[in-house]
Amino acid sequence: MSSSWPLWEVFVRGKRGLNHVHVGSLHAPDAEMALRNARDVYTRRNEGVSIWVVPAEAITASSPDEKDPFFQPSGDKVYRHPTFYAIPEDVPHL
Amino acid sequence: MNADNATDSVYDGLVDQEDAHWAFGTGFHEPLAGVDRAVPDVDRADLTAYCLMLGDDALVLSQRLAEWCSRAPELEEDVALANIALDLLGQARLLLTRAGEVEGAGRDEDALAYLRDEREFRNVHLAEIECGPFAGGDFATTIARLLVFSSWKLAQYSRLRGSADPVLAAVAAKGLKELAYHRDHAAQWTVRLGDGTEESHRRMRAGLHRVWPFLDELFTAHPVELRLPGVAVDPAGLRSEVEDVLAEVCRAAGLELPDAAPAARVAGKAGRDGVHTEAMGYLLAEMQHLHRSLPGAKW
Repeated sequence: MSSSWPLWEVFVRGKRGLNHVHVGSLHAPDAEMALRNARDVYTRRNEGVSIWVVPAEAITASSPDEKDPFFQPSGDKVYRHPTFYAIPEDVPHL
Repeated sequence: MNADNATDSVYDGLVDQEDAHWAFGTGFHEPLAGVDRAVPDVDRADLTAYCLMLGDDALVLSQRLAEWCSRAPELEEDVALANIALDLLGQARLLLTRAGEVEGAGRDEDALAYLRDEREFRNVHLAEIECGPFAGGDFATTIARLLVFSSWKLAQYSRLRGSADPVLAAVAAKGLKELAYHRDHAAQWTVRLGDGTEESHRRMRAGLHRVWPFLDELFTAHPVELRLPGVAVDPAGLRSEVEDVLAEVCRAAGLELPDAAPAARVAGKAGRDGVHTEAMGYLLAEMQHLHRSLPGAKW
């Protein structure tokens, strides 16, 4: 039966979290049941207040093979960080 | 979750607290904190018996649902049924504790759950009958039982919220949210199976036929319930509400309501009187044997 049920990725927002975070995956025949299964499998210890489920096949992921061309070029571009500005003292939260 | 983004984990909220046993203590609260535990001015033996009726319903069905652990058709459903079983166990603990408190004979929840014999249990037959995973049915039968039980309990607890016993009222208020989910879970599956394949429809139909004879007992008042006006709920008043819910779910599922004769009573007695089906002794043997072999065992 499992083999015929598609895979879903589960994202949960914790009580004090601002954003939904990936917590795992599960099998379910449709979105409605995926949401319920996620509730039962991933929030049974008081972890969350909101759940998203996304069909795993709807996620396009970067490939580990492309890791270097994808991410290494940004590793030495310190000038891309806006750290060279003088910040006025009366600007909070920066 | 790898180390790089560990700070993003929703589980962080669980471990950054002082309570080392994070799996059991993360912002949880005592379910009946602040509830007045005064015993209303009624016959104590009657109130004790009523608490046992409610507590045993929950305890025995919890035990039945726990039998599905590792045997459900899907891992996700395995966890779902276990969650429901644990919700009911939580209700049973509060109710049996209250029964012991009102009785005043020094029996705690464990003594009542593990050291009473079959004739002292007051749960309805619907909770104890076998509905799978072993004898008596399959997953659909268990769903049929859960649908009937949770629809009935929901109606009962919604009235019990106004009970003159503050503890029963608080247990009912807390349990309503849990039961609403149980009923929703069962209704979802009833519709899926009833409106699914020919085979799933056949099984769901058979499941409803299996549990239907035990419906009548749910609405048959016991003298104890009638002697506690204002404290206990008269189950006869729940029938039309529950039957409406069941009819609506069955209609959505494309299933006909079973037309089954009520299960026979023994000289007019049934579960509320301590008269049980042949399945009950086996259930208790499994549930109680550890505690009876090793009194007070903990792990």
